[in-house]
Amino acid sequence: MPGRAGSQGAEQEASGFVALSQRLRKGRGCLRPPTPTATPSRAPQGHLCCSPRFGSCALQPNLCEAAIPHVTHPRRCLGTMETGSVLPQPSSTSGVGNSTEDDGSGRKGSVDGDAVSGNPYAGLVSCLRAAWLSGKTRPMEYRVAQLEALGRFLDEKKQDILEATALDLGKPPFEAEFSEVLLCKNELHETLNNLAHWMKDEHVERNLVTRLDSAFIRKDPYGVVLIIAPWNYPVILLLGPLIGAIAAGNCVIVKPSEMTKNTEKLMAEALPSYLDKDCFAVVTAGVPETTKLLENKFDYIFFTGSPSVGRIVMTAAAKHLTPVTLELGGKNPCYVSDNCDVHNVARRVAWGRFFNAGQTCVAPDYVLCSLEMQEKLLPALREAITEFYGPNPQESPDFGRMVGDRHFQRVQALLRSGNVAIGGQTDADTRYVAPTVLVDVQPSDPVMQEEIFGPILPFVTVANVEEAIDFINNRERPLVTYAFSSNDKVVNQVLERTSSGGFCGNDTLMHVMLTSLPFGGIGNSGLGMYHGKFTFDTFTHHRGCLHRGMGREALNAPRYPPYSQQKLGMVRAVSELKRKGACTLL
Amino acid sequence: MHQPLEAPGQKPLGHGKCSTVGHDAGKTSGCGAGGGNGPVICSATGGNPYAGLVSHLRAAWLSGKTRPMEYRVAQLEALGRFLDEKKQEILEATALDLGKPSFEAYFTEILLCKNELNDTLNNLSHWMKDEHVCKNLATQLDSAFIRKDPYGVVLIIAPWNYPIHLFLVPLIGAIAAGNCVIIKPSEIAKNTEKLVAETLTCYLDSDCFAVVTAGVPETTKLLENKFDYIFFTGSPSVGRIVMTAAAKHLTPVTLELGGKNPCYVSDNCDVHNVARRVAWGRFFNAGQTCVAPDYVLCSLEMQEKLMPALREAITEFYGSNPKESPDFGRIIGDKQFRRIRALLCSGRVAIGGQTDEKERYIAPTVLADVQPSDPAMQEEIFGPILPIVVVANMDEAIDFINARPRPLVLYAFSCDSKVVNQVLERTSSGGFCGNDTLMHMMLTSLPFGGIGNSGLGMYHGKFTFNTFTHHRGCLHRSMGLEAINAPRYPPYSQQKLGVLTTATEIKRRGMCTLL
Repeated sequence: MPGRAGSQGAEQEASGFVALSQRLRKGRGCLRPPTPTATPSRAPQGHLCCSPRFGSCALQPNLCEAAIPHVTHPRRCLGTMETGSVLPQPSSTSGVGNSTEDDGSGRKGSVDGDAVSGNPYAGLVSCLRAAWLSGKTRPMEYRVAQLEALGRFLDEKKQDILEATALDLGKPPFEAEFSEVLLCKNELHETLNNLAHWMKDEHVERNLVTRLDSAFIRKDPYGVVLIIAPWNYPVILLLGPLIGAIAAGNCVIVKPSEMTKNTEKLMAEALPSYLDKDCFAVVTAGVPETTKLLENKFDYIFFTGSPSVGRIVMTAAAKHLTPVTLELGGKNPCYVSDNCDVHNVARRVAWGRFFNAGQTCVAPDYVLCSLEMQEKLLPALREAITEFYGPNPQESPDFGRMVGDRHFQRVQALLRSGNVAIGGQTDADTRYVAPTVLVDVQPSDPVMQEEIFGPILPFVTVANVEEAIDFINNRERPLVTYAFSSNDKVVNQVLERTSSGGFCGNDTLMHVMLTSLPFGGIGNSGLGMYHGKFTFDTFTHHRGCLHRGMGREALNAPRYPPYSQQKLGMVRAVSELKRKGACTLL
Repeated sequence: MHQPLEAPGQKPLGHGKCSTVGHDAGKTSGCGAGGGNGPVICSATGGNPYAGLVSHLRAAWLSGKTRPMEYRVAQLEALGRFLDEKKQEILEATALDLGKPSFEAYFTEILLCKNELNDTLNNLSHWMKDEHVCKNLATQLDSAFIRKDPYGVVLIIAPWNYPIHLFLVPLIGAIAAGNCVIIKPSEIAKNTEKLVAETLTCYLDSDCFAVVTAGVPETTKLLENKFDYIFFTGSPSVGRIVMTAAAKHLTPVTLELGGKNPCYVSDNCDVHNVARRVAWGRFFNAGQTCVAPDYVLCSLEMQEKLMPALREAITEFYGSNPKESPDFGRIIGDKQFRRIRALLCSGRVAIGGQTDEKERYIAPTVLADVQPSDPAMQEEIFGPILPIVVVANMDEAIDFINARPRPLVLYAFSCDSKVVNQVLERTSSGGFCGNDTLMHMMLTSLPFGGIGNSGLGMYHGKFTFNTFTHHRGCLHRSMGLEAINAPRYPPYSQQKLGVLTTATEIKRRGMCTLL
């Protein structure tokens, strides 16, 4: 879901981000403790553990640990400390990196070399690491309490979420409530309903030698993870991964997109007060700060955004051998065969394309169909658009706006490809781009060179399904491939002969709403997958464990030197895995 | 598995027959034009000596020929024939490269590979099947499933320490998952590299599988190409290079790296059993095993008890002069030999310590009273040296472990299961084995892989298949039943939202709903 930061001219906006950060730093009261008084249950220094600005837990490991037994319920944090949100303040944290590297105490200091000296976030990262090492995020009760707090955040801040996304993206409240809140709560409930089961050791088959031992997969948390969210669905694309990261027992830094200023502000101000600040922090950062943030060692990075920034994130992760999930964009093809109910196709495609004003990573990006089908689809699409948004979509309360001016200009420029068959109107002041359909588009046109990420649907005509499949296979792999046909064989053919992150036959977007289906890209559209249990698995290290008995040494004798043919025969007999059902008589 | 790709001086071997590709650019340049569909997915890097080979494989993959199960089974069975027919050659090559005792070579390079192969052949049809998943009310009438798609063209880079096993096991999964594969064996285990380059490809479909022999500069070139998956086994430093190269193409990676694997021995132990199990794990393959116990953590008291037991075990295993034992290997190369020999100055030599540069022999050695600051504690040893670091108790051992990069495996010995479990619960590592060494990796049912500095991703058995499989979430709806969709379309209303919520909502179960 490309929050196109950085993909095009991000650097130009960088100065703007800094300005924003500074403005927020001044204006955001919550960044300082309203009154720097501690609750009686904590020593005043206890603040330091959780105050990312000081990040001095490495200096005071005992204080960090001392706080642990007391904070099991995140609400107790409310009002007792400053929020966990962090703005980069290099001057105030510059000393921290150095101090955390000094773990001469041999205790819970920096471990995998996470401290990057002089890095403004080094202190925060080591704080979270110390909290993680203390083991406080491991008990299920703790995870459930944090997840339930997330649920309360969604309930109590629902109105604020609808307002912020309306300000940022002109997001219709229906769409915001459905995609940002309801789907998020689905993920949350799915996780809460199954967490006990997911967390359990998975016992596995043993061979003859280990018959008496215990062999299992332990579901270990990774440690300190970073989640970088985009602007197009600024709540669910941040909370969705966060739910899995918490459920798996990690400490987390979340970085909301700086493009959706109102939602970013809401996240930074409200979210931390629901969560345990020892373990979870919101960092607001523009491009230069995010670059600094990425210099730190994380144990997992979950990034949603554009392929170009994805490359930067993965390159930064490679320095620390950090595993990554990259949820990127993609030009999702939508093949419509001649054998279709055009009205249903038109409504389903129009809905998927114009939902959130086209700013959806899984939206159908272009239609591939025969000339004949194009002629039939156009009137049906016109009808669907009018049905959805009325004769003038600009006046519809159910149609969104482009996130920013730069983005508006980019999308507007794409209107010059082919011929406008429907729509085409724009209004720079309100960043409005009408629901638009382009015809006679050539593969070489600008609109076919990049992901559109706006309410424009180009038609590219192909002779038949073969040509459509070749067209798809000749391009980068999309996040999802769509195929419409009343004939299942056609849909299956497109499925079988293409490669894409996901697939949806005869509808759009709907595959994303099932928490039971893995969601993720392949190739240029990303790597890794999430949703439901897959999110939990993403943030879980599957640790293969074998626990043998101390005795029964006779069983081990055949494997020890001095070796002999006889011993080899025995080792073979007890550990060999035979092929089943292979004509053993021959 | 530590393969410092560090010998740029090594002249890689000439290319063999079949589809083996040396770094002879001319040989592969002709392949690019093949494939009617003209695979455009930018695999061709202008002027890259391997670009032609990669696009040749990509065209083969796009043709769909690797997708049918019958094809995959036929290729896997051919791998089985390779193992059967070339068994003697494999034992000879690994004996030449590593002085590998034939028992160890047979066990690890052949038997364990065949186990993986049989496990895969036994279960492939089951693994490949679409996995149907739960649906919500809105999609009740549709088909929702996970399709097990191959990635495409994958690259496997193998190390020298188990030069057959560590490329074959990933290869089995890559083939099983329906990919085309380029295999790059280690250029350091020269004899095995030659064997693989000359014979393996004759067993496999050369349109889809190729062996590339390459040194460091050629491997760098190879990595410039776009692959759909890269599976690397080697050292962390080279792992970083591989992942950085992969990032350019957004290629997912599995990195199987090394690690200083701690081995905590509690006071409550059968010292003789501990000594035999630890000595076996440490001195197997002359210590050149990524999952070998790298150092022992125990109390001073336990060190005193363990020392005679270890001496006894070593003598039992390798006789009074291990140099003469046919069951003890040699160090792979001169450079590695000198690196390991330099570590002998740590602490004091309690057992062994003899070396012979000509044979690259290092005796099974135990170092006592080693300090955390000693050279032996600064890097993965990857040789037959076992340092003992004294700690006061389990808590100190756990802190010691947690203060260092995460190992590939953690060992804990104790008659008290609680102690073993505490070490398991309070640490993080790739894998874990209580009261034994190495044995956890012989079960194909357990995932094997590192975390942090010891790697990312996991494999063995079904996990290898999953590694090379893209899990494609698929929903196939019907063309009709449009009434079901009406609530989600604009113009929006509160009523529509209510219907949509009902149709898609997941409720929390078991909550005290009465409260």
